Amino acid sequence: MTEPVLSVRDLHVEFASRRGTLRAIDGVSFDIAKGEVLGVVGESGAGKSVTGLAVIGLIDPPGRIAGGEIHLAGLRIDNLPPEEMRRIRGKRIGMIFQDPLTSLNPLYKVGDQIVETIRTHLNLSESAARRRAIDLLAEVGIPAPEKRIDGYPHEFSGGMRQRVVIALAICAEPELIIADEPTTALDVSVQAQIISLIKRLGRDHGTAVMLVTHDMGVIAETSDRVAVMYAGRVAEIGPVQDLVKNPLHPYAKGLMGAIPTLAGEDKRLVQIPGSMPRLSAIPRGCSFNPRCAFAFDRCRVDRPEPLPRGAQSVACHLYDDVPAESVA
Amino acid sequence: MLAFTLRRAVQAIGVMFAVGIIAFSMFRFAGDPVNQIVSIDTSAAERAIVRKSLGLDDPVPVQFVRYFADAAQFKFGVSYQFRQPVATLLMERMPATLELAICATVFAMVFGILMGVYSALKRDTVLAKLFQAVSLIGISLPTFLIGILLIYLFAVTLGWLPSFGRGEVVKLGWWTTGLLTVSGLKALIMPSITLGLFQMTLIMRLVRAEMLEVLRTDYIRFARARGLTTRAIHFGHALKNTLIPVITVAGLQFGSVIAFSIITETVFQWPGMGLLFVQAVQNVDIPIMAAYLLMVSLIFVTINLVVDILYTVVDPRLRSTVGRAA
Repeated sequence: MTEPVLSVRDLHVEFASRRGTLRAIDGVSFDIAKGEVLGVVGESGAGKSVTGLAVIGLIDPPGRIAGGEIHLAGLRIDNLPPEEMRRIRGKRIGMIFQDPLTSLNPLYKVGDQIVETIRTHLNLSESAARRRAIDLLAEVGIPAPEKRIDGYPHEFSGGMRQRVVIALAICAEPELIIADEPTTALDVSVQAQIISLIKRLGRDHGTAVMLVTHDMGVIAETSDRVAVMYAGRVAEIGPVQDLVKNPLHPYAKGLMGAIPTLAGEDKRLVQIPGSMPRLSAIPRGCSFNPRCAFAFDRCRVDRPEPLPRGAQSVACHLYDDVPAESVA
Repeated sequence: MLAFTLRRAVQAIGVMFAVGIIAFSMFRFAGDPVNQIVSIDTSAAERAIVRKSLGLDDPVPVQFVRYFADAAQFKFGVSYQFRQPVATLLMERMPATLELAICATVFAMVFGILMGVYSALKRDTVLAKLFQAVSLIGISLPTFLIGILLIYLFAVTLGWLPSFGRGEVVKLGWWTTGLLTVSGLKALIMPSITLGLFQMTLIMRLVRAEMLEVLRTDYIRFARARGLTTRAIHFGHALKNTLIPVITVAGLQFGSVIAFSIITETVFQWPGMGLLFVQAVQNVDIPIMAAYLLMVSLIFVTINLVVDILYTVVDPRLRSTVGRAA
């Protein structure tokens, strides 16, 4: 395989708070190849969004990247000066946020916002940028784009606004799109349209996509690979079919068990007992151990590191080849 | 849009009518006007003649209609103390007051917005904290004290600026301006600062608070994610969203600036409407007081109307709701 578009190695993100430093991301590593969609799932607070923000360099104080490396097509970007990072944002990495209703500046026409973004990154004249903006709006499926380009955000519906947001994110042909829960605020029927739009754009332009969501259905539909995050760490990562059919990590098993099936007999959905620990109270050893039905002594002491297992990679002592010997 | 403007204009006329009733009733309740005009030893017959000549023996509603009709044509009667038409007196002094009010407002807006934006963007710098401290002084010190302190420092001790009056003025038709002479400009500095300081601190605090609020919004975060320059984000996206409440406050404050120039004009002996009003109060010169009340209300109402229309220019969302409502 050629060099991945995005490569994150051992990323740590910390937030300084009055009660000490909170570790939101604790040693996360993953790659995304050209044209690949990586789904990132996990409960609220698992560190999905923070990972996305860290990649695009928008972690605001008191947060900071405390360790690890982020490479964009070979270029290390986690330690770039702010001005250089700004040039990468929007041009090489596009980002889509959760709420399309508030992502657009209400006082400017959508066309002006697109043209402004295009002209920030590409050396185009006003009229060329406008033509490109119309093409983009057409590409994301906005009817009559040459008319709608002069509309204000409040004149668009939620789904249409998310399309505009996507047009803004792709206007400079980025290599990577980070979509942070792009469908959470939308109707189910609109969700499906947006998902297929993101998927199509990724395919047509060979863009790598990092899709952050807590919706397993969305992941199963769109992603090539999935990363399951828990308490700031990647519990399991692997191809989507493998992970859905044969999850290894007990937490991933729990998540998959929580997907209702249409053909389902009236089987009760599996529920994972308890809730995710707060950042200030991450347990020793494996952070999942208090909720895990399979936990044994070692899980309460040693933190499991991700180990490859087939196409998947899992951080769980159940799959240590070393027998679970007694530990101190 | 036109319907909206018309509706607001009708409301404005309603307000002016109400103020007219209050202004008129001042004549009736602040003592008998005839007594104010004649001397103590005037005979009853002479009083009756005066009363008749002033139309004061007509029924009250008739007097009111007459007063209101005259006021609508800017005829406010004759001043008791100057024996001149009130309209003439006000017109003579209006340029001085308006020039002072405009200079004070421009001063307040320019420095208020600059300082507000600076202290929002560079929140932790020493200068930003200094601005905050200064703004506290501006908000809490009374106007007359600031005026007197300025006079003491710049006129008495340093002798740089005149302590009172307008300096030399140039006549442009009926308008007199102090903006064209050096002494006129010098005379404007201290009164403008005195009058505008409160507004400036108000605007500065408002801009700072609004700016901090706007910088936290999703569309600013998204603008950053799009890689726009900091300059474009701060001044193109954030500042424009900040300006809506600033327009309201600055507009409404312009009315107060004119109305409350009374104090500043008294401190600096500024020959404007405020000083005229203070003299009128001292001499129970009701026609001037009533006319001043009407003038100030007219200015307030007009400004409100202009601010309402300005909103729709800045905020497209309002434009369409206004259009729909109409």
